[in-house]
Amino acid sequence: MLNLLLLVMILLGLYIILSLSLNLIAGYTGLLSLCHAAFYGIGAYTTAILSVHTGLSFWLLLPISGLVAAVSGVLIGLPTLRLKGDYLAIATLGFAEIVRNVLTNWDSLTGGPRGISGIKPPVLFGYTLDPLKKVNYLILVWFFVAITFFVLKRIMESRFGRALEAIREDEIAASSMGINTTKYKVVSFSIGAFFAGIAGSIFAVFIPVVVPGGFDFMLSVTILCMVVLGGMGNHIGALIGASIIYIASMLPQILGFSSIISPQFNQIIFGLILVIMMIYKPDGIVGRKKPDFEKLIGASLKKEVSR
Amino acid sequence: MSLLYTKSLRKTFGGVVAVNDVDFSVQENSITGLIGPNGAGKTTLFNIITGLDSPTSGDLFYKGKSILNTKPHTIARIGIARTFQNIRLFKEMTVLENVMIGRHFKGAHPYFSKNSYYNAFLGLIFQKKEELDIYQNAMKWLSFFNMAGVKSELAKNLPYGKQRELEIARSLATEPDILFLDEPAAGMNPSETEALMQTIQKIRTLGVTVVLIEHDMKLVMNICEHITVLNYGRKIAEGTPSHIQGNPEVIEAYLGKDDE
Repeated sequence: MLNLLLLVMILLGLYIILSLSLNLIAGYTGLLSLCHAAFYGIGAYTTAILSVHTGLSFWLLLPISGLVAAVSGVLIGLPTLRLKGDYLAIATLGFAEIVRNVLTNWDSLTGGPRGISGIKPPVLFGYTLDPLKKVNYLILVWFFVAITFFVLKRIMESRFGRALEAIREDEIAASSMGINTTKYKVVSFSIGAFFAGIAGSIFAVFIPVVVPGGFDFMLSVTILCMVVLGGMGNHIGALIGASIIYIASMLPQILGFSSIISPQFNQIIFGLILVIMMIYKPDGIVGRKKPDFEKLIGASLKKEVSR
Repeated sequence: MSLLYTKSLRKTFGGVVAVNDVDFSVQENSITGLIGPNGAGKTTLFNIITGLDSPTSGDLFYKGKSILNTKPHTIARIGIARTFQNIRLFKEMTVLENVMIGRHFKGAHPYFSKNSYYNAFLGLIFQKKEELDIYQNAMKWLSFFNMAGVKSELAKNLPYGKQRELEIARSLATEPDILFLDEPAAGMNPSETEALMQTIQKIRTLGVTVVLIEHDMKLVMNICEHITVLNYGRKIAEGTPSHIQGNPEVIEAYLGKDDE
């Protein structure tokens, strides 16, 4: 039971990183992306392949995986980000399918559907984080949840973040305010991909075998639903949305009913939550928060006034 | 010398000639009007000048240099700002944020932040300084338009006239040398139009050259020093307001020809 709870909390942490990073892309910049699972998969496979073939330490593979995902974000972003709305969604969906098919069929590199096993667990100050001792990973994952949360929050509270929101609101007006919209969209896309890659890397060292099945279209949609449910353009929203959807889907197992209730029941709960939300709270549970600049820059503002 | 001028600028959409070899010029620190019946190509001309559209042929000069096919964000950075005919505010953002976005590139800290994201990562002290500068400058522009009191309202909740003013405030925050207003008085009542006329004159005293498209002849004839008239994409007249008012071709374009 405790083991199950720990597992749920670890996977929840990964989902939160994924929904926070997709929130940057979809919620703040307004780019409807359906390839977040692909970035997650790219991160996981980068760590898995490099770990098995080169034996590099996890602490090196983690940023490498993030960077590989970010670079693939730039590569897919440059040609597709001139598209908007549903067109972009379809283009990113195509990219996600390419990635999934490559992972499934490039046997010599990815091991095909059998996946990759034997990934070295991370070592911290001579202490090996054994995947069977889940508490270690709970701390590791939530440490990165915290980092992701604060980095993304910082970004959005800057000039750069405001420009991203301007692009979401009106791209033409944003460009005539001197914002290089193409560049900013690509950067936003690759920052989101970076954190998805980080989540994938942690996932790879935690589970015994990395298989392509998990990085499919359904996962991208689930992450998008988490963002929409919580509230587009609010970090807390992404956190709440991921928690509600993931915990609701794991509820039968947590309560020990999994033998009575079929797994399809999860989908029913999931669908029901979304329908109810769309009727009663179409902006998501928390929605966008007005920034309070007096508070954000309060200290320096007071200093300036007293001078 | 003209601050900005076009040389036989032409734009066709399929078989339609929207702008037909137009030579349009704007004198420094003037208020220039661009008038003409609907569909005359006024907004297309604005779009070409501000980089949103590229011309089929012809050339475009600003401060003596050709700025043909320059991206809109670069146009904004070299000092050309605009507003839009159908208001394009950042609707879900607050009034203050709208103006702060106008400070996007002028507010950038000189020593860092060509790309502000990694500095935002690090949360450097510059970051706060930058935000403070942007905030204070934005507040200055809001006070200029007497809108400091509604700074936390969402832009979409403002009354129509205020939304138009906010759009002007946002453009001014980019510190332009030349400001293009696309039908600033559209949908305004006479007293709002009156206030707008004073605002435009106040903007000129800041050293900003103003070019406006407008159908409200009272506004155009009162504040513009120089007027260019377009009809079917072609320039049919230019000159002072009194000169334009007496021009038979202009009268014909607006009122039609006498049959007899």
